[in-house]
Amino acid sequence: MTTEAGSETEVKENAEESAAQPDQSEEAKQESQEVANAEGEKEKEKDGKGITRYLPTWFKKQKSQSQTSPTKEVQPSEEPASKATEEEEGPVPEVNGHAEEVEKKEVKLEQAKEAESHSNASADTEPAKEEKVEERAEKGSDETKETKEGEGAEEEKKEKGQVEAEGEGGENQTSIFQSPLRLVRKTKMKVVVCHVALLDGTDFTCEVEKRAKGQYLFFKVCEHLNLLEKDYFGLTYKDNHEEKCWLDPTKEIKRQIRSNNWQFAFSVKFYPPDPSLLTEDITRYLLCLQLREDVASGRLPCSFVTHALLGSYTLQAEFGDYEPDQPRPLDFINQLTFEPGQNKEMEEKILELHKSHRGMTPAQADLQFLENAKKLSMYGVDLHHAKDSEGVDIMLGVCANGLLVYKDRLRINRFAWPKILKISYKRNNFYIKIRPGETEQFESTVGFKLQNHRSAKKLWKVCVENHSFFRLNAPEAPTKARFLTLGSKFRYSGRTQAQTRLASSLIDRPAPSFERTSSKRISRSLDGAPAICITEAGRDMAENGREPHLELHSDSKSRLRVRGDNIYVRHSNLMLEDHDKTQDEVLKHQASISQLKRSFMEAPPPSPPQPNQWEKRLTSSPASVRVQQQQVVDVPQTEAASPDNTITETREPAKTTEVEIEETVVIQEISKAAKPGLVSVTASPAAAAAAAPPAEEQEAHKEEVRVGEEAAVAEEEEVQPAKPESASSESESEEEAEYNPDVPVPISQTQIPEEKEEEEEEQFAPRDPPSLPAELSHAAEETTEEEKFIKEETDAEKSAVEERKTERETEERTEDLMVTPDEAPDSPVPPEGSGADFTQEEEGEPKVKGEALLVEVEPRLQVICCSEPPVVKTEMVTISDTFAAQKTEIATKEVPIVHTETKTITYEAAQLDGNGDGEPGVLMTAQTITSESLCTTTTTHITKTLKGGLSETRIEKRIVITGDCDIDHDQALAQAIKEAKEQHPDMSVTRVVVHKETELAEEED
Amino acid sequence: MANMCPYGRFTHAVVRGIPETFGKVAGDGGENEATAAVELAKAQRQFGCLTGALRQKVGLQLIEIPPDPELPESWRIEDVAVIQGDTALITRPFKQQRRSEAEAVRRVMSELSLTVVEMGGEQGDSGGATLEGSDVLFTGREFFVGVSSHTNRRGAEVLADTFRDFAVSTVPVCGGARLKNVCSMGGPGTIIVSNSDGAKKTLRMMEQLTDHHYDVLTVPEESAANCIYVKGPSKRDFLLHRPAEECPESVSAFQKLQDYTLLPTACSEASKLGASLSSLCLLINRKHTHF
Repeated sequence: MTTEAGSETEVKENAEESAAQPDQSEEAKQESQEVANAEGEKEKEKDGKGITRYLPTWFKKQKSQSQTSPTKEVQPSEEPASKATEEEEGPVPEVNGHAEEVEKKEVKLEQAKEAESHSNASADTEPAKEEKVEERAEKGSDETKETKEGEGAEEEKKEKGQVEAEGEGGENQTSIFQSPLRLVRKTKMKVVVCHVALLDGTDFTCEVEKRAKGQYLFFKVCEHLNLLEKDYFGLTYKDNHEEKCWLDPTKEIKRQIRSNNWQFAFSVKFYPPDPSLLTEDITRYLLCLQLREDVASGRLPCSFVTHALLGSYTLQAEFGDYEPDQPRPLDFINQLTFEPGQNKEMEEKILELHKSHRGMTPAQADLQFLENAKKLSMYGVDLHHAKDSEGVDIMLGVCANGLLVYKDRLRINRFAWPKILKISYKRNNFYIKIRPGETEQFESTVGFKLQNHRSAKKLWKVCVENHSFFRLNAPEAPTKARFLTLGSKFRYSGRTQAQTRLASSLIDRPAPSFERTSSKRISRSLDGAPAICITEAGRDMAENGREPHLELHSDSKSRLRVRGDNIYVRHSNLMLEDHDKTQDEVLKHQASISQLKRSFMEAPPPSPPQPNQWEKRLTSSPASVRVQQQQVVDVPQTEAASPDNTITETREPAKTTEVEIEETVVIQEISKAAKPGLVSVTASPAAAAAAAPPAEEQEAHKEEVRVGEEAAVAEEEEVQPAKPESASSESESEEEAEYNPDVPVPISQTQIPEEKEEEEEEQFAPRDPPSLPAELSHAAEETTEEEKFIKEETDAEKSAVEERKTERETEERTEDLMVTPDEAPDSPVPPEGSGADFTQEEEGEPKVKGEALLVEVEPRLQVICCSEPPVVKTEMVTISDTFAAQKTEIATKEVPIVHTETKTITYEAAQLDGNGDGEPGVLMTAQTITSESLCTTTTTHITKTLKGGLSETRIEKRIVITGDCDIDHDQALAQAIKEAKEQHPDMSVTRVVVHKETELAEEED
Repeated sequence: MANMCPYGRFTHAVVRGIPETFGKVAGDGGENEATAAVELAKAQRQFGCLTGALRQKVGLQLIEIPPDPELPESWRIEDVAVIQGDTALITRPFKQQRRSEAEAVRRVMSELSLTVVEMGGEQGDSGGATLEGSDVLFTGREFFVGVSSHTNRRGAEVLADTFRDFAVSTVPVCGGARLKNVCSMGGPGTIIVSNSDGAKKTLRMMEQLTDHHYDVLTVPEESAANCIYVKGPSKRDFLLHRPAEECPESVSAFQKLQDYTLLPTACSEASKLGASLSSLCLLINRKHTHF
């Protein structure tokens, strides 16, 4: 009995321990990413003989990290045979393990006794007490461990062993030393064996730490499969109700499965609408495997003929050309067929069709398979049972295009993503809010009843993920943890399709060879592919030494998407709608938007529409408001010729736990007189980093919220991270949640969003578009020149005002440019990017506002160098939406009044096309506005480029990193930039601003 | 998918002659003489023109089932079957008396080696299901089934079950009309629709339900909305439409179709009975291309 109790406690301890250490492990992961690449290859060799096994440790030592997780991953048992040294270790540890165990038991006994004596605790409660006691001990030991490790001492294992021996708490680590058998048995403690059913019917077994997150396992599986385009896939598990659920990569596995059943299945999560766009054959192959199963299981209904056709392509892919002599893979065919009674007929049909595929390579056959499968109406549709408002049974299908409503196979309604404003669930109700149609005035909400709360939430999640994946350019940041907010914070955390396409376009490796099922089946027993062997071996023996490597490796791979818990990427496109608003407000908002839209459409090259609005909201002073309004109105009038839409999406700054990365997309469309058709995309991401002391967080939150709302009102760009929570705060967090899939594009919602995707893709394309525009632009410039001037002046004024408001920062700011060395000492940049993003008639503007242009990565300079603006005030670093928002509040509070300056420099510069055709920027205006109580220096550059009749769309990304003091800003920034670069290679980083907020802290004090 | 190709490729047309009982309501033995004053001879002449155009102008193989005086409505052959690819669904018309019309059609389908699917008897899954081909619009990518006075949801379900490759959406049809009365295909991605309120409503629903984009050609007269589009063996676009005498306002709309061969085909007599051009024939593509 005691023993049992002991083991239970152990488990609990592990849990606790794990909870306590996540940060460490994450850090470690990040750090180890770099290492991972190198290691990855070796790992793959998987001969693993002791060498690989130790690599990770060494690396760690070099880095002097204190990370336990990788090591835990275990050291498999391969080594015993391999090296002498290793052998030494192998056995030894085992011994230790045993010894320790014994010790522990004893201890536990004692403890238990103690516990009993202390209280009346029943047998059941004892373990818990023990746990506590041991925990303490363990904590102690952990600390020691860490310190030692930090010193770069020995292999962690040994240390642990020692530590454990000393502290007794370290049972977890003992498992490392155990033989495979023991490992399995000991799994309860630290490492768990996961069984993952792969698409080819084989089973992949691997061990993960008990507290590992979903992505860890997922990456291991992907690595096993040699899959790079993994974003289309996911892992499922069965919950307690035998329902399939997606494993959330960002959460601990253990907390999701809620059972001891570590069985998973690898499946396609997002069915690419056009599989031919996938980069690698292996990805298509896996998709084929999934679809075969879908067809066979009836999940993907298709006609007899189509079924036979798909079967014939499968045969071609698996067996090659039809040969009458060859034994017919009848059993194989039988597997394919699902309708009993059709087998014979089906078989004949399949064989008949198979003959016609002669000469087709497996890859071609797969592609043909997919080309046919993708046209099936239920391709990629994830069905959920539900009832409509009248209680009629229906099915809700979630797919790439939106939400489909079926009743008995008949499609009775369809809500495309662009039509859906909000998705939410409450208890077992699932709601979607529909954008009003052309003829309707009000948005409507459609409700469905799900079987229970669980299924409602599941449906909601699937919708959120599908929307994000297919419709957005980048995932939306999960809503931040906020005080008093409830509701699910769930957001899609992976890459979107756009991102993954981009990423896969960068895949640079020879097409990996892989085995198809049939060949695998045949060859497995004989020469078993290495990979397979490994897997199978792994099943029995814990995979030795590989694991640490694997972990690292996977991390590195996932660099893009994994950013710890605290970093989120939000795309401006996804701005959420403000939930807090009342219906009226929303309506007004929409009305104003449409008005705006109209005026913008009519107006050619409007200047900085957004910023104005933004400011409008922000600003309380009448003057500013006036100006803005004027602007809006004026624009249309003044400029008649070329419609230029500027869309700036602003996100509110981050509050966030630690680091948030925000992206702002600015889309400018310039259409030429005659042909609006051409669209070129220029992207320049600007990264701004702001660091906020933890103390400020509270404040920051408030302000951010505010900002969010304002933004929402101002244009559609609003972002509201918070709304879901605020709106749905009634019940407990999981009870309900909302999600606004709206892709807000200020000016023309409908049109632009759609185009974006395409544009996004266009980005990847060669840079031709830029050059064209430039040439064309000359003509246009001349004509418009005068008008521009007028406008620009106005703009400058406006922007100045706006900026002042926006950016005034009440507090003193310390300017720390923690970020880059290059940074100019200058100050701040308007947070909203309002000023910066102004688009004038032409598209290119310098996006750089501030001086803090740190990094210019791209050849394409859109930035005019701002490092040295004419007037530079050093010392003040400003920037952050938060601040802007804060100003109000701050103003009220007593804040040291510092004099504030707002400088607005408006630049007009022709955009430099990579080709150099561009004309240099022209400084349009420079203003310095100084006001008291605020210290702000703002420099705005507006660069204009005339691109003739081309409509050009520019995307600007803004990355804001907000963090506690603890954050390594440099690293975070570097990471952010790197990611941005990876995602959008064509973009250039034009601005990096580091903002440190200390004032708040003081204030609070 | 196996059967998916742009709408309009047909090789065969199946028609059924106009019996002398034309105009009588089926099954009534002529007791309540149909109110519509139809001219049998004229109807037969128009029928001849239609078949002639299909065979000689468009170039289809024409299969003509002889008329059966016992089946006064058997010339509305479109109602009796829905054919897509090499599958033919024999429907269950709303009127009991018409169900025996399927007999001859079924035979022809089999001769053409189409896979014949029956909607089933009164019992079973399809009990109570009714479906008529004139309520089914196949666009090449998906089916729309008009839930009308003659076609019910159950019938649509059977259709969905038969043609599983395709999305099958139900749309309301207003005013006692049939879906094909208010719209028809005018090309691979073109829907011809009348601009009546009912038609607009139906069209809106179709737009809401579809994943695809269609061009819409609106015609001012309701009767003009029913056309027959065929991309014949010669790869040319043929459009059989009501002539200017019958639809004076709409002819100009058809001329907007680029590079089409327009074949004005009279159908005044049949239309008095609520039928239209497409009601008179079943179009089949026996040269399917799966690959």
